[in-house]
This record gives sequence, structure tokens and C-alpha cells, in this order.
Amino acid sequence: MFDNLDFDVIRRSLPYLFLDGMSFTLMLTGLSALGGLIFGTLIALMRLSGYKLLGRVAGLYVDFMRSLPLVLVIFWFYFLVPYIGQWLTGASRPIRVGAFTSSLVTFIMFEAAYFSEIMRAGIQSISKGQPAAASALGLTYSQSMRYIVLPQAFRNMLPVLLTQTIVLFQDTSLVYVLSIPDFLGAASKVAQRDGRLVEMYLFAAAVYFVISCVASYGVRRLQARIAIVR
Amino acid sequence: MIEISHVNKWYGPSFQVLKDCTTSVAKGEVVVVCGPSGSGKSTLIKCVNALEPFQEGQIILDGIKVNDPKTDLPKLRARVGMVFQHFELFPHLRIIENLCLAQEKVLGRSHDEAMAKGDKLLDRVGLKAHATKYPAELSGGQQQRVAIARALAMDPIAMLFDEPTSALDPEMISEVLDVMVDLAHEGMTMMVVTHEMGFASKVAHRVIFMDKGEIVEDALKTDFFGSPRSERAQKFLSKILSH
Repeated sequence: MFDNLDFDVIRRSLPYLFLDGMSFTLMLTGLSALGGLIFGTLIALMRLSGYKLLGRVAGLYVDFMRSLPLVLVIFWFYFLVPYIGQWLTGASRPIRVGAFTSSLVTFIMFEAAYFSEIMRAGIQSISKGQPAAASALGLTYSQSMRYIVLPQAFRNMLPVLLTQTIVLFQDTSLVYVLSIPDFLGAASKVAQRDGRLVEMYLFAAAVYFVISCVASYGVRRLQARIAIVR
Repeated sequence: MIEISHVNKWYGPSFQVLKDCTTSVAKGEVVVVCGPSGSGKSTLIKCVNALEPFQEGQIILDGIKVNDPKTDLPKLRARVGMVFQHFELFPHLRIIENLCLAQEKVLGRSHDEAMAKGDKLLDRVGLKAHATKYPAELSGGQQQRVAIARALAMDPIAMLFDEPTSALDPEMISEVLDVMVDLAHEGMTMMVVTHEMGFASKVAHRVIFMDKGEIVEDALKTDFFGSPRSERAQKFLSKILSH
């Protein structure tokens, strides 16, 4: 059955697939994870702040984001952002937002909801004695968070955060609904152009599989190392 | 130095943990607070540097009202050292970093200055060789000595000890008490929650006995150990001294 398959199409399109497609995917994954972690930590701090209103707003945000399919958020965001931009700036026409910026903002906001729950669990895993000791030394609330609580919470949660980032790496492929040439989009384009759907989608699946597997293995090794240090 | 007057504290609407507590600690005085568990002694000492809020009464620390909303609490707390039952060293920081962090971030000392001070204090508690280790690599007694050094690095005007030896194995208790005895002999103002009556009889000036949130007895050491006035203190003493 493999007689009429032409795997040479993969070799020919390798530069395009990796230099354009994969670099886009990795950049989107990296920036989204970073932004999501920062924004997510802020949401976690809001939820734990003890200010009821702030906590409620953050909680609603998390519930809202987690109750929507990601692909729908990507879609809606791409079409809504130009109009929100227009409304905010008072421009006469919808603001033009690039597909990359739009998808980056979407992923940061979406992932922040998940990262915030991980960071919340991480912060709650630190015993109350730690911030008490920090306070007793005269550190302010924000100093105690910055130097004592968050570094420990982050360290405890690092394996989970990285695992979530691997999921994010796979999820970025959903930007294909915006016809963006990420790795899957690039593979898809070649597949359509050359009529080599089976070859290209097999190859794309294999690449996602290998990268995710290797990364997961790395996370497990890291987890074991952290466990020894503690 | 520390003046506690008519402090009342409730957990929730009905459970009163502190009942009209009034006492004081003068400059250079060592006061031991003892009593059965759940008597409120740890809560009382945590009220002194406002780690625990209280609803009624007032505490004045070196002329500053602790429970005044206008008081800059971090600044006030930086001037009082506190040692906890479970040490509470920062596990992600090396020993010397544990000693330097607050010196630099709170007191604004330079890194070199903080390091010099940290080195000196580690030497004093006999742990200079462990400066670059992490807390988890040290024994409980060593960790508690580091915790005392960390508090002293802030040049505190008084030290609060919250059951500093209760979480230690018996053979490590004396190494911690030795450091505390030295500190007392140097004239440090100390408020110590402890069951170590040997320590109390050696260095305390006064002993406070608490039970069910009340200060039942507040007496000079000799009076307390010689002839406690209240029946509850007599019972407590006979229980812990009979072994």
C-alpha cells in the first residue's frame, strides 16, 4: 500500500517546515508560556490576596477561560480583537492585528487560567511559617512573596508547569484555523500543494510525538533530581 | 520595652484565646512564659510583633503602639527578632543567604556588610563551616542556631522565642539553650515561651504562667519556683518537675 507514497516530499520541504513552521511554533509556545506564567501568577496572587472582590474577579476569569474550547477562543479572539482595538482607541476602522500577535495574546490569556491554578497550588503548598518568618524579619508582603514564597512555589511546581507547557506546545497547532503557517500549518500547506496528505500528516504527527516524548522524559528526570535536593 | 495591657483575642465569635492579658518586659529582662499547651502563650508572644492580630487592649513596643493601623509593621518587626518552634529557615537559600537577605532588603545594608555580619554571627553560634550549605543539610539543633543568628543579624532590640526547643531531639536541646543563655547574660531583652524550666531557673528574671488564655501568675523567678501562689501553677510545676 506504500507503493504510491512519496516520502521525498518531506526531505524537499524540510527547510520550510522547520525554519518557518517549527520556529514559529516554538516561539509561540515559549512566549505564551512565559506570558501565561507571569499573568497566571498575578491571577493566583489575586485569588489568594484576601480581597474578596479581587479574588472573585480572578476566579470568574479562570472559570470562564476553562469552560471554553481553545479553538473557539482563538477564533473569536482573532475576529474580535480588531473591533475591541477600534473601540478602545476610538479609531474609525477596525485595528489590524497580525495573526501572530492575535494568537499570542489568546494563548497567554488562555494558559494564564491554567498556570494560575498550578501556581495557586504551589503557593498554598508553602507552609504558613515561611511567610511568618519573612514578616518577622521585617520583609513586606511583596518582598516575602518575591524572595521567599514564589521562588519555593515555582520550584515545587516546575515539573507541572513544564508538563503544561508540553500540552501548550501541542495546542499551538490549533492556530491552523487562522491559516497561520506554524509547524502543522506549514506541513498542511505542503500537503495540499503537492497532494501528499498522508505523508505530510504522518510526518507532522511523528515530529510532535518525538518532541513531546523527549520533553516529557526530560521533565521526569528533572523531577527526580529536584526530589533528591529536597 | 514591651508593654502588654488588657489584651483580649478571639478566634471566631465565641472562642477566646487571650483573656485580659497584662504584663511587661523591661529592657534587659528575660521573661519566661510557660503553661500547658493551648494556654495561649504562643499566641500572646506572636501578638507582640503583630504576627497575630488581637481585638482589644494594646501592646507597646519600645514606645510604638503595635496595634495602631498607622504603625509601619514591617519596620517595627525588623527591630524585634523572633525564633520559631520549627526554625523556618528558608529552604531554597544557603545558610549565609538566610542571614543576609533581610539585612540587605530590609535594612539596606551592602552585600559585603551583610556577609561580614552573617559570618560573625555564624561563627558565634559555631556554624561557620556550614555557611554555604542548605538548611536541609543541617540537624535540627544546627538549624535553630542558624535561626537565632538570622534574627540577631538584624541587631534586634529584643528577642522573642516561641518554643525554640520543642521540635528538637533531646540531645540537641542544650546546644540551642547554650546560645540563648549566652544571649541572656549579654543583657538581651528576651521573652521566651518554653517548657525548659532549667533554662528558666538559670537565666529568667521573671516567670509568667498562663492557663486557658489567662495570665495566672506573673512572678519573680525565685517566688515562682519557691512557692507558686495559684493552685494551677503548683499543679503544672509538680507535673513537669516530677521527672
